[in-house]
Amino acid sequence: MADPMRIRAQAQGDKATVRVLMSHEMESGQRKDASGNLVPAWHIQEVSASLNGKQVFSCEWGPAVSKNPFLQFVVKGAKAGDKLSVIWKDNKGDSRTDEATVS
Amino acid sequence: MHTTRRQILKHSAAVAGLLAGTGLFPQYALAFNKGAFDAKSLADALKALGVNGAPEASSAITLTAPDIAENGAVVPLAVASTLAGVKQLVLLVEKNPSALVAVFNVSPEVEPSFATRAKMGESSDVYAVAITGDGKAHFAKKEVKVTLGGCGG
Repeated sequence: MADPMRIRAQAQGDKATVRVLMSHEMESGQRKDASGNLVPAWHIQEVSASLNGKQVFSCEWGPAVSKNPFLQFVVKGAKAGDKLSVIWKDNKGDSRTDEATVS
Repeated sequence: MHTTRRQILKHSAAVAGLLAGTGLFPQYALAFNKGAFDAKSLADALKALGVNGAPEASSAITLTAPDIAENGAVVPLAVASTLAGVKQLVLLVEKNPSALVAVFNVSPEVEPSFATRAKMGESSDVYAVAITGDGKAHFAKKEVKVTLGGCGG
């Protein structure tokens, strides 16, 4: 199981800026190991976020997103105290959910 | 080995296409768009995302990227748009082995402004494309010079 995400959601007026740092290898599938074999691709495919249980954001990623990916987006109508949860799924079927409180 | 893998991919894409056509595969539209992420070129990737017609340059799209990236493994990219009716914001790196980097779905609850970090194999043009509900594409591009590639071994 992957390490937890670091999520920071800061309310500013009627919106909140969310910054997420995920812990993932994001193997591109282009690299070769020491013996010359291709390392199979292993990357996050989908990331979505929910505010108080309602999905507000989703995106799809290819293998070209950097290792330990960073993501920033702005949620409208979020205020301090709201619960924001982020979930990612990778191409091996692994997934992880983490929750943070908007501050 | 490469040919077989390609053939398999081609065949599975064809089958998925057929299933989508018959409506037997209702979740296909929502599932991860593998075809688009496997596409090698800019045009193929956009086509797989359902863009019709040639993309137009637009000043309503802002692409924030460095002029020179010291490390191609971590290139900060940000995209924002002020266009109306944008469905998806897409980041592409022209000279990567697969051009498509990320697709952000724009919903009414989020602002059409996203940032992430991408890998770049070599110096290349980076495109930020906004796809509107009617399948039209508008883009902004910027050249990013990479001094150390991020895709090699």
